[in-house]
Amino acid sequence: MHCPKCHAPMHTYNRNGVQIEQCSGCRGIFLDYGELEALTRLESQWTQPAPPPPAPQAYPAPSAPAWGAPHGGGHGGGHHGGGHYGGHHRHKSFGHMLFSS
Amino acid sequence: MTADLLLPALAEKARTAAHADGAPCLCGTPSTLADRPDATVVRHAWTVAKAHAPDTVRTELALRLRVATTLPDVLLPPLEPSPASVDGRLVTLWPYGSPVDPDDPDAAPWEAAGALLARLHRTPAPVAPHAPPPMRGPAKAARAVALLRAAPGPHPAVPPVLRAWATLPAWARDAAPMPDRTTLCHGDLHLGQFVRHPAPDGPWRLIDIDDLGTGVAAWDLARPAAWYACGLLPPGEWARFLTAYRAAAGPAVPADGDPWPALDVPARALTVQSAARAVTKAIAADRPLDEVELSLVDACVRMGAIPLELGGDFEK
Repeated sequence: MHCPKCHAPMHTYNRNGVQIEQCSGCRGIFLDYGELEALTRLESQWTQPAPPPPAPQAYPAPSAPAWGAPHGGGHGGGHHGGGHYGGHHRHKSFGHMLFSS
Repeated sequence: MTADLLLPALAEKARTAAHADGAPCLCGTPSTLADRPDATVVRHAWTVAKAHAPDTVRTELALRLRVATTLPDVLLPPLEPSPASVDGRLVTLWPYGSPVDPDDPDAAPWEAAGALLARLHRTPAPVAPHAPPPMRGPAKAARAVALLRAAPGPHPAVPPVLRAWATLPAWARDAAPMPDRTTLCHGDLHLGQFVRHPAPDGPWRLIDIDDLGTGVAAWDLARPAAWYACGLLPPGEWARFLTAYRAAAGPAVPADGDPWPALDVPARALTVQSAARAVTKAIAADRPLDEVELSLVDACVRMGAIPLELGGDFEK
């Protein structure tokens, strides 16, 4: 469909499960019947307390030996298990160990 | 000869090799890539000269060098097929390859490393009279533990490291032959052992043949495995390495399922070796263990209480 205001083509996007049409020219938005109410509903949910996030387990962690570290490598704690490699910072001493006999 | 005479002699050896065509040298100062008791390495332009450890046996080095000469798709090939002597030290000559940047370990080529290692392990080892000696991994672990025992004690980390060592089967302590005596292994795998040749963006190749030989292939996966088990290497990086090794049909672990029955003994041994070195250094420097070193010792503490996961192939 084309924008009633500037006649540029409109593209469909999905915003939180609601289909909206946005004009590729003037960026105006067209809402179908009921879509404004759906967005309002979503907005009111947003202001309520969020449910607890799911456990941070993006993919199954590889297996590890029984003597492994209790966090991270040891028992499949994933990225946020609290091992020494947490975040993007690599311990300097480990950085050195990666390269030495 | 002393180290301060070795360096200039080694630099001269590299310079001569770099300018074998007789062209005048306009290269400037050679650079020292390593200067340790077990190896001195000097680079001159695109040529590298390595003086091997003083106790290196010529016949063994020659057999290992021959493996590198015959496997240029896996190992960096030497410039000359046999070792030279420079003032009492055995010296080998190599083309320069670009290493992994030690300041950027996140750029580590885990996929290439796994694939390259699998290719090495799948290569039939040369047979007599060219058969290389056994891979030296267990011998180096035993040496690290011997040095720890000789360190002036007492230190609270020494007993748990020695107890963890005692859980290992004789072959992993270099007290018996390895159960596999036919698979070709690198023997001392870490990120410093990968270079791109030709520099700077040729394919990855393995360097450092001093410990190369036949033995238990899982030993070559065991350092990353130990880092992962100790909580030091992120699971994603370990998974990239292991997946690439398996995708290239590496024989050290089963194609799928739990790899730990095969990795347990070597990963324990390398954890003990790393912990032993760390504690020995900390004792010598009279300093406390840092966080990473403590995680190695902690793993040794846990190991002492947990029986081995023995893989089917590995008798005690």
